[in-house]
Parts: sequence; C-alpha cells; structure tokens
Amino acid sequence: MTALEELKGYIRPLGESVLAILIGALIGAIVLWLSGYNAVAAYKALIQGSFGSLGNFAETLSKSTPLILTAITFAIGARTGLFNIGAEGAVYFGAIAAVAITQSIQNPLAGILAGLFIGALWMLPAAVLKVYRGVHEVISTIMFNWIAFYLASWLALQVFENPMNPNSTLPIPPGARLPLLVKNSTLSLAFVIAVITAVVVYVIMWHTKLGYELRTSGLNSRAAEYGGINPRKAMLWSFIIGGMTAGLAGALQVMGIPPSYSISQGLANVYGYGFDGIGVSLVGRNHPLGIIFAGILFGALNAGATLMQQTGVPLEMVKVIEGIIIVAVAVPGLLDLFLKPLRRGKA
Amino acid sequence: MNETFVISLLLGSLAAMVPIALTSIGAVISERAGVVNIGYEGILMLSAFFGAIFAELANNGWVGLLGGALTGLVIGMIHGVITVYLKGDHVIPGIGINLIGYGGVAFGILAYWGTAGQHQVAPSAQIKPLWMDAFGNSLSPMVPITIAIAFIAWWMLFKTPFGLRIRAVGENPEAADALGINVELYRFTAVLIASALAGVAGAYLSVDWLGTVTKTIAAGRGFIALANMVFSGWNPIIALGGAFLFGFFDNFAIYIQNNPWLAGTIPWQFIATLPYVVTLVVVAGIIGRARPPKWDGRPYKRE
Repeated sequence: MTALEELKGYIRPLGESVLAILIGALIGAIVLWLSGYNAVAAYKALIQGSFGSLGNFAETLSKSTPLILTAITFAIGARTGLFNIGAEGAVYFGAIAAVAITQSIQNPLAGILAGLFIGALWMLPAAVLKVYRGVHEVISTIMFNWIAFYLASWLALQVFENPMNPNSTLPIPPGARLPLLVKNSTLSLAFVIAVITAVVVYVIMWHTKLGYELRTSGLNSRAAEYGGINPRKAMLWSFIIGGMTAGLAGALQVMGIPPSYSISQGLANVYGYGFDGIGVSLVGRNHPLGIIFAGILFGALNAGATLMQQTGVPLEMVKVIEGIIIVAVAVPGLLDLFLKPLRRGKA
Repeated sequence: MNETFVISLLLGSLAAMVPIALTSIGAVISERAGVVNIGYEGILMLSAFFGAIFAELANNGWVGLLGGALTGLVIGMIHGVITVYLKGDHVIPGIGINLIGYGGVAFGILAYWGTAGQHQVAPSAQIKPLWMDAFGNSLSPMVPITIAIAFIAWWMLFKTPFGLRIRAVGENPEAADALGINVELYRFTAVLIASALAGVAGAYLSVDWLGTVTKTIAAGRGFIALANMVFSGWNPIIALGGAFLFGFFDNFAIYIQNNPWLAGTIPWQFIATLPYVVTLVVVAGIIGRARPPKWDGRPYKRE
C-alpha cells in the first residue's frame, strides 16, 4: 500500500468523525436554545476556555491525557474483535499501585511500571474468562468495573489513607512526581508519555507481527486460525496491553496532577475515564493516532466547560454533547446519509 | 437482630428490587429477540427526570410512571432504528445514551428547576404507599405490580406465539425469516417493550421510592440490571428473584456500614462486591450455565 493510498483510507473515517462532532455541536446548541440559554455565548466560552490561552490549552492537554490512554485500551480490544470496556477498573488500580509503590521507591519510573503491571494483572481474569470459558467481555468487564470500584475504594479509604487528610490517600512523594510542562497548570510530562504510548501502540499494531496477528484475528478469527494465528493468544495479548495502558492512565493521573498528587475521596479524580475513553476511541476510529486528536477534543470539552459554566450553562452540558457525538458515530453510513442527496443534486 | 430490623430489611430489599427487576425483565425480552442494549443506565436517568416533570405537571405519580415509559420509548426508538433497521453496532449507542443520561439530568435539574444537583419531588406528585408503619417502612404498589409483570413476561415469552417469535428472531433469525416472520418488526417491538419497562423503572426511582431527582439517581442500577439479566439465564422470573437478591445485598451493605461492630470486621465494600462476584461465577459456568440467545447482539441482514 502506498502512502497516498494509506492517506486516502483515512479520509472517510475522518469525515465521519467530523460530521458526528458537528451533529453533536448542533443538537447541543438546540438543547441549549430550548432550555433558554445563549448557545453562541456558551460555545464561545467553551472554545475560549479550552484554546483561548496557553494556560487553558495546557488544561485541555492535561485533561486529554488519561482519555488518550483509556481510549487505547478500548481501541486495541476493538481491533482484536473484543468489546473491552474494563479500562475503568484498571485505572483505579493503576492509581493505587502508583501511590503504594512510590511510598517506598521514590522514583516516577517505579510508579509508571507499577501502573502498567497492575493494570495488566487486573485485566487478566476477564481475559481468561473470555478465552477459556467463553464469557462475553462486555458482561465480565462491567462486573469487574464494579468490583474494582468497591475494592479500590476500600484500599484508598482503609489501607492507603492519609492520616493528615481523611479526604484522600497518601500523596505521591515529591521525588516521584512528574515535572510540569507549563507553570501554574496541571500539564505535566504525563501528556508526553500518553502521546508516546499512542505512537508505540500504533507501531505495535501496524508494524509488528504481534499487531498483525491481533488485527487479523479481529477481522476474522477463523481465517486467522486457518492462517496459523492463535486467536486465543491474540485475545490474551489484547487484554494485557489494554490493561497496561489503562493502568498507566491511573498512575499518571496521580503522579502528574497538582496540587494533591493523591486519589481523592470516592475515587473522584480517577473515576469515569475508562467510560469516557470509549467515546474518545470511537471518535478516533479506534486508531491510536486518531485517538490523540479525539482525546484532545474531549479534553478541550472538559477543560472549556469551566468557563462555559460562567455563562450560566451547567458544566454537564459537555457530557450531553459527547453522548450525542457517540450516538451519531454509532449510525452506520452516517456520511452517506448526507452525501447521497448532495451527489444526486449535482447529477 | 430483631423483628423490626428483619421487616425493614425485607421491605428495603423489595423496594430496591423493583427498578432492577423491571429493567432486567426488559433486557431479557430485548436480548431474547437478539438486541443488546447497554444504555439502560441512561434510560433510568432520563426517565427519572422526565417522569418527575410529568408527575408534577399532572400532580399524580402514576402520570409520572407513564412519562417515564414514554421517555424510555423515545430512547428505545433511537436504539432500535440504529441497531435493527440500520444494522449498526448494538453496544455503541448505549454508551452514548448513558453519557446523555448523566449529563442531561445534571443539566436538566439546573435548567428546569433551577436547583443544583437535586430536586425534591412534590409529595402530592408521588405514588402513595400501600402500607406504612410508624418507623417509616412502607410498601409501594409497584412491588406487586413488578411481581405480576415478571410472571406476565415469562408467560408471554414462553407460552404465547408472540413470545415464540421473539425468541425465534433472537435464536435463529434466518429460520424465522424463512417462516415469514418479520424479523425487524419483532426485534424493534422487543426493544421498545424493554425501553418502556426501563422507563417505568426510572420514574419509579423519582416519583415513588426515592421521591427525589438527583444527578446520580440511577446509581449504576442499569448495569446491575444487565448483570442480573445474565444471572437469570435470560428468564424473567429468575430475574425477579435475582433483583431481590441484589436489593438485599444493597441494603445489607448499608446495614453493615451503620453497624460499628460489623464494620470493624468485614469492610462493607466486600459485601457490596458479592452480587458481581456471584454473577461472574454463574456466567463462567462454575455454578449453572448461562447461555445467551444465539444471535444476541448481531444485526440480521437478509442474504
């Protein structure tokens, strides 16, 4: 495949995602208008709050960091023919692992490795149930997410609780914190690590034998088996790599976000990224490079929401827009629904 | 452990059973027809919100339940059109619907009532309990209604031609199609029944059981209902029993939290994980065997 052909293959999915985003923005505006808000002012504030200044843009990138990593979890699964929605639980344990290990080894690398390892470990039971007992991963990962929530809450509240501050876990010690990229922001080296991870996953998936095996068994597991590929091995690896990136997301979320550098009560600062990552992956077309951009878009929505709130619009409006974008992405042949009448008009 | 405690635990479990049971029964019907939907959480959220609005406008809790059912129907139509008619993926729309549910209700509470985070439903717009004691324990009319719905759903699925067709399009749509059954129509109908039941469940949260609308009112019950559906082996009556068990564990975890002696021995979080662990064990076939309908989650296109 030439580079030009490869590029052409990206145009259609890109068009579909852009269209879905536009539909999300449009319906969001209608909802705002129907509820009596000034949609134009709200959207202006949303853009201003996410891209309007260096500080705001830093916030956007910071908010996109965990989303990029959890989206990759989902994307690797999707490319292997799995619907792995278990990133959520792996994020919690990645964060706990980072808090735990850095108490004795005050080095950011220790936290990162612990996050990667525990994330993969947490995903293994779902992988084994899928591969050896045929349990559908949507069901098992929903169960495991709940189990993770309660166990991680217990670990955060009872085992690693901060005796000085009952509202959070022990903080990551200064020696294991990631350096900030922009002063007075929450943007740290974590973002760079997330982008590098996305590129590494891209290389693994599209330029190595393992990646080829994963994608082939995702397209057609029987044909892959006939071609000498073991789809069970492919599925196991898919869960393991996905667990690693989700665990990393959790670790970075506590090691790179000032001022608390800890897990807050009710897992509030590590909660929800696994679910939001699914949307990011879908908009990024389950492709690591597309996910970087989709992650920044969702990060921008979350960062800009704070300024939008000052125009009187509730913060949660951005979740509605995200949800509509995802429903729009789910409509098959969305682009054709719009392009066909256009083409007919030309002829 | 005294009599009052047993009564309050039993009534609490029954009250918690209703939304999980209704949603699970709906999910059973939908998946028996071959349509997966993981958006029940979002349906519960939105129907709790719109149900409360309907109830307050009419000053009647039953109208609230109807409003919830209508909300569910509208969302079900979106899901049904995407999955059944456009042959789209069955899981993705639900992810979007759940986001819209959580975002929309938090947004809506502020936009409609002007209060942040929660709205107390007017007492006159709530459903009156069948029975109530001096300690605040009560029994909602929705408890017997839910039990009846479980048995009717079972009878409908396994004893009527309509149910046979629903199961046929989920098990083997090709054969059903060859016999002249309109696969798309039956699948779409099943999705609508399921979403309407989840809609009633959502409105029950706000206009009956909890009497309030909060921005996290569904609290994961849409996902618990999916777990319970699998636990039940896609059977409405077992789903009713499973929902009672989930409700019981829910109440029991709260009891442990409030009991200093027990809280020191077993963390309540461990009790809270039990229903999920048990469900996993059931699905893994370690006790019993749960098998989904053959064409569950797969779009059917005529060759």
